[in-house]
Formats: sequence, structure tokens, C-alpha cells
Amino acid sequence: MSELDKVFVDEKLCKGCGICINICPYHVFTVKDELKGIVTPIGQDKCTQCGICEIYCPDFAIAIVPKKGM
Amino acid sequence: MILKHFARKYLREEVLPSTFCPGCGLGIIINCFLKAVEELGYSNLNDFIFCSGIGCTAWIPSPHFKADSIHTLHGRAVAVAFGVKMVRPEHHVVVFGGDGDIAGIGIGHLIHAAKRNLEIVVIMANNFTYAMTGGQLSPTTPFESLTLTSPYGNIEKPLDVVKVIDAAGASFAARWTTYHIIPLIRTIKTAIKKNGFSFIEVVSQCPTIYGRRAGFKSAYDMLKYFKEHSVPIEKAKNMSDEELKDKFVVGIFVDREKLGFTSLYKQVINKARVKL
Ligand SMILES: Cc1ncc(C[n+]2csc(CCOP(=O)(O)OP(=O)(O)O)c2C)c(N)n1
Ligand code: SF4
Repeated sequence: MSELDKVFVDEKLCKGCGICINICPYHVFTVKDELKGIVTPIGQDKCTQCGICEIYCPDFAIAIVPKKGM
Repeated sequence: MILKHFARKYLREEVLPSTFCPGCGLGIIINCFLKAVEELGYSNLNDFIFCSGIGCTAWIPSPHFKADSIHTLHGRAVAVAFGVKMVRPEHHVVVFGGDGDIAGIGIGHLIHAAKRNLEIVVIMANNFTYAMTGGQLSPTTPFESLTLTSPYGNIEKPLDVVKVIDAAGASFAARWTTYHIIPLIRTIKTAIKKNGFSFIEVVSQCPTIYGRRAGFKSAYDMLKYFKEHSVPIEKAKNMSDEELKDKFVVGIFVDREKLGFTSLYKQVINKARVKL
């Protein structure tokens, strides 16, 4: 985790539905735990902070740092 | 620093993770509703009272929302909301319910609340089935769809609940799907501010009970289907019934300015007082 991180995933809440992996236009997420399908961000630098994954995540597990000025 | 999802300030931490299945659309509906609330400037849910009946959808406000809510009998959420609104007209009263709860057993209450133009918001999650009880046919199950009680395909045409609300004369009615997050947030904001009966149908994925039987592989598969099978209302006007057979017509169907029940009720009380 670094100061520059924009994407946060709460692994205790992620149920591994896979919506974020498919919905993110920049492929920021990948599966971390094959068994449970829990995701982790692999593309912090690719994230444009559009925030759609935060709304599409049905389990309140993703948080995106808001864009400056929003 | 660990950043938390924006909705968690409105949710009871002790009930998370939610009771919903992985990929269930009900979580997306929660997010859209709470985003609308946040964008309207509410930092908590103290100005809201929620009512819900029985079903997976009815679990949205209770236990998840940090707010006052009534979890009542199957189908009776709108009737209970009526009572709540009459004694607390200054609060926003919001009902969450499934298609079975709102348009099956509860449709009588729904039509009358719409006819009276009572100032409440009803959000109906249409997952095409009675999910909580195992996936029986519901009033909104698509034609020829496979469910627990229609193993050879549904022979009934689904009920267009938005049209029913329109015919009853309510102020506001709209339909979106869980794919349409941006217009859905905007519509919920309009509905909360509206001084009349506001109905929003949200077509929502139930990957576990409905989706599996109907042949969908995943929650995302269903979202993609909603995207590909949605037609904006303006475009649908020029399409035939045959073309619209497997489509969801989305958009704002009704937006009328007319007085709501509690303001007319206040007026009649004032009139009667003057006479006394
Ligand atoms: C009076 C009454 N009849 C039947 C039931 C059984 N029951 C519980 S939930 C439910 C249907 C739920 O379906 P829906 O309202 O569409 O919500 P969903 O679970 O799909 O979100 C039924 C029939 C009940 N609890 N009470
Ligand atoms: S059964 Fe369907 S509607 Fe109920 S929580 Fe699971 S996915 Fe959601």
C-alpha cells in the first residue's frame, strides 16, 4: 500500500462476484484468491478514478479516492 | 490510510457483509439510492423512514440502513408507509420491495397509494421471481421464462407495473436496470424531491435463483444482458410489439405536477376548521 494508491478493496466484504473485473474499462482488478474469487487491484496507475466500480460493487468492498476538485 | 466505500457511513457495520448472494443487484440498488442521498446533501438518514415487507429486497433498509425502518408483513409495506407518512409528513418515506411483494400480493395497496398520489417513494426491485422462497413465477416473470413453477416456460405475459402506476394517476414513474447506475441515481434524486407518489422499477439481477434457471452464467452476464436489451422510451415509441418482445423499455414514463395526498389533507382540515 502506498500514498499514491487510489483503489482500495476490503477483502472482508468482497464475495468474489467478479462484476468489477468485467466492468472496469481499464482492467484494474484481478482475482487474488482463486477459491473465493476475492479481488485485488493490480493497476493502481491505470485507474482514472471514474468510480463506477464503487457503485457496481454490490458488497461495499471497493473504495476509490475521489478525483481532485470533485 | 484505508479508504472505505462511500455507502458505509449510512450502513450498519455490524451486519456487513450483507445477507445478499455474491453479485446480487440489490447491493447496486443500495449504492444508487445512497449516492442519490449523498448528492442531495444528507450526511445521515435521519430525515428518512423506510418501510419494507418480506423478500430479499425487503432486507435492503432493514437491517442494512442506519435509519428508522419498519419491516412489516409481505405485501403490506405501502400500506404501512401510508400510515407513517400521515403522522410524519415532514419525513421522506421510502418503500423497498420485490416484484412479488409490491406487484403481486401488494398490488392493491400500490394502486391506491398511486391513485391518492401519496408523497412516498416506492422502489421495486424486479428480479422476475420470488427469490426468497426459491424462485417461483412472479407477476413480472418474462414470457416463456423458466422458473421453479414454470419448468416448461412461462405462459403468462409479464405485468407492466409502470403503466399501472401511470393509469392510477401518480406524479412520477420510471424504469431503469442495475446496469443504468447514472440515470438511476439521477432519477432517485428527482423522486425524493417530488411532492407526489414516485415509483421506480429497477430491473435487477438475481444470479442465484432466477439467473441460474434462466441460463445466465454470472451476475455480470445478466448486467450485460440488461445493457443489450434496454431501449430508451423515446426510441421504443417507434418500435413494434414484436421488436419490443424481449426488451426493457427504460426511462422516465410519468412526470406530472399535481398536489399530493398529505397537502390536500391539510387543506381540507384547514377548510373544516374555518367552518367550525
Ligand atoms: C402473507 C405471506 N405469504 C407468503 C409469504 C412467503 N413469502 C416470503 S418472501 C415471498 C416472495 C418474495 O418475492 P419478492 O417480493 O419478489 O422479493 P425477492 O425475494 O424476489 O426480492 C413470499 C411469497 C409470506 N411471508 N407471507
Ligand atoms: S436469492 Fe437472488 S435476490 Fe435474493 S439475495 Fe440471492 S441473488 Fe439476491
